[in-house]
Amino acid sequence: MKKPTEVQLLMGNEAIGRGLIEAGCQIATAYPGTPSTEILQAVIDRRSEAVEALHVEWSVNEKIAFEVALAASYTGKRAATVMKQVGLNVAADPFMRTAYLGVKGGMVTIVADDPGPHSSQNEQDTRLFCLQARVPVLDPASPAEAKELIPAAFDLSEKYEVTVVLRPTTRICHSRQNVELAEPLVLERRADFQKDPTRWAATPAFLPALHKKLNAKLEQIAAEPALQPRFTAGDGSRPRTALVASGIVYGHLVDLLEELGLAGSVDLFQVIMPYPLNPEFSERLRVDYDRLLVLEETYPVIELQLAHPGARGKQNSAVPREGELTPDVLHQALAAFLELPQPGEPPAERRGQRPSLCPGCPHRAAFFSIKQCFPKGIFPSDIGCYTLGMNLGAVNTVHCMGACISQGAGFYQAYAQNGEVPTIVVTIGDSTFFHAGIPALINAVIQQARIIVVILDNATTAMTGGQPVPHLGIAAGGGQTRAVAIEPLVRACGVDFLEVCDPYDQPRFSELLRRADDFTRSAEGGVAVLISRHGCLMDRQVAKGQERFLVKVNAACIGCRRCVDQFECPALLMDEQAGKALVNQDRCVGCGTCIASCPVDAITKEKRS
Amino acid sequence: MKQQIIVSGIGGQGVLFLTRVIAQAAVDLGLPVLTAETHGMAQRGGTVLSTIKVGPFASPLIRAGQADVGLLLWDANLPVHRPLLKADGRLFINADQAGDGERVDASGAARELGNPVLSNLVLLGLALKRQALFCTVEDCERAIRALAPAKFLEQNLAAFRKGMEA
Repeated sequence: MKKPTEVQLLMGNEAIGRGLIEAGCQIATAYPGTPSTEILQAVIDRRSEAVEALHVEWSVNEKIAFEVALAASYTGKRAATVMKQVGLNVAADPFMRTAYLGVKGGMVTIVADDPGPHSSQNEQDTRLFCLQARVPVLDPASPAEAKELIPAAFDLSEKYEVTVVLRPTTRICHSRQNVELAEPLVLERRADFQKDPTRWAATPAFLPALHKKLNAKLEQIAAEPALQPRFTAGDGSRPRTALVASGIVYGHLVDLLEELGLAGSVDLFQVIMPYPLNPEFSERLRVDYDRLLVLEETYPVIELQLAHPGARGKQNSAVPREGELTPDVLHQALAAFLELPQPGEPPAERRGQRPSLCPGCPHRAAFFSIKQCFPKGIFPSDIGCYTLGMNLGAVNTVHCMGACISQGAGFYQAYAQNGEVPTIVVTIGDSTFFHAGIPALINAVIQQARIIVVILDNATTAMTGGQPVPHLGIAAGGGQTRAVAIEPLVRACGVDFLEVCDPYDQPRFSELLRRADDFTRSAEGGVAVLISRHGCLMDRQVAKGQERFLVKVNAACIGCRRCVDQFECPALLMDEQAGKALVNQDRCVGCGTCIASCPVDAITKEKRS
Repeated sequence: MKQQIIVSGIGGQGVLFLTRVIAQAAVDLGLPVLTAETHGMAQRGGTVLSTIKVGPFASPLIRAGQADVGLLLWDANLPVHRPLLKADGRLFINADQAGDGERVDASGAARELGNPVLSNLVLLGLALKRQALFCTVEDCERAIRALAPAKFLEQNLAAFRKGMEA
């Protein structure tokens, strides 16, 4: 008897994670990044549901995550690697080459895009990256569809021996839906690597032939019946007009047509595989339709391939070329295209309260000391929670993972040519340091840059929810592994000045910053590294393990706003009527690090009774 | 049955948990449901919004003027998220001062229970008492039992009931 289907409320990322287990994936790797993070976490949490042996890892960066999964696929097992769109840039080198050389066991590369962008450095479109790399890409429109497309992606990958990309977007990743579970596949594969140097070690001599083979495969993939655009016919009232959409935008469009009473009135295509797009589909649109509205996030990937003379879309600004295609934005584009009354101007976008470092965050204490010690310093920083050090004026640049140390060195070289040596204080998180900071540190040392590098070590990858970092000795899922300490790595990079300090100890931390500055300016000076070490307060054990004072603002407060504006803790507010600061006790964690920000000693801390 | 709900607050207030409770109640009733949530950078103490669409919908996002119910855990978000609500939409706000919508000092009530984060379930209790949602008190209790950590279950249910007495 067939078991009744189990329906669970799953976040898109959980649905994808469960989909990997159902498809018999045995090696899953990732580097965390919003909006992709919960995919590997779901695989870890659901490990007991797997019927085959399963290796999961938080790799130190996306390039490595990709390469580990790739080699596993060479052995014939199913493998997956997960990252966000900017992570694909880090993995671009092996990704591009894999298009030519291919895979053996199914390999799915899941790259989550962030139209908007809500939590990213840019809005790049992975589908366009796939077009450039010549890698097939699938574009799901809901969490349930994302899960459905995983076995399809593995099947396609194995049939043609190519990696296949699944590209969910933020609104898929972080949506929840009722999703049906399926039984995990039993594949019983044993690792069996067939040596084939003309392929796995292909030198330039072999590459034109491999490229030719890839192009032939892509023609066949484009015609795969199961992945063709899905068609919903209209009622004929709008002849020779069609809507073409993909990804979550298709979902928005379906709801919008329903709400406007237009469901079933206009021909509608949902594109599942934006690349390679079937030329027969393009031809059908060219012959059957005079007017098309192409709706996709983020770049005009389908639109470019269609090259339809009557297409309206991003290329002719019928659809906005930046930002998320939210239902309100879509409504305007659709109304213009179908000549409906325009909706009123959407309410002006208001962002509400800006994000900030959590109350008690050790980074805030470190940033405050840095700013106090070097009011005129240059402060390159990086990607993570500590990007929010911008609010304190202690972060001047943020570029991409690991760029801060190289940027610090670049600032130094430029100023040194002028004969000036400003204080340059670079801040980088511990996870980011392992990800891309080490080569940059080596480079800064050998190029004799005189900069201070503060490694903000909070013992976790905090922004993405606390994935383990290499110096903890904890593997994905909580098992023990070798710990790789930061200090010997820093020393091995050739750094002569290395100190470690808890940033809550502000006098000591400031003293070390000044000593680091003296070192960078001394005759034998170079790169100085200060490790700012205090656990992340999101870790309950850290919060429990530190003393919690009762922090108050007393009558001496002169309302100068220094604590509110320059220390910027969410637990400190201005009572505008009284003209004095106050502590929101619901949010205060009682660390007392704000005391240093008050010029008149109006903030006090007492032991709790 | 079709209902569109927004849950608004700031990071750390339990917006995601409240969203899951309501969505789980829909799943238990066999209703299709879609939610959209705020994660990542914006979660760090900033304004966050969840949307919940119960019934045959394809997209998790809500257009301006389409939400039937608004649950606001942070009253300063009112000008930011009010435009999402229908003109006759129901509005429930955690606030200790008078103003728009139906208000309750949910944070105060939660503080009395020993944990300010429970304001989310106090507000849910109020919305249930006013019969503003697609589900019943029993549906919500079942969802809370399924989702709350065992250690905090009684406290969670107490907060929910406190909202119903408000």
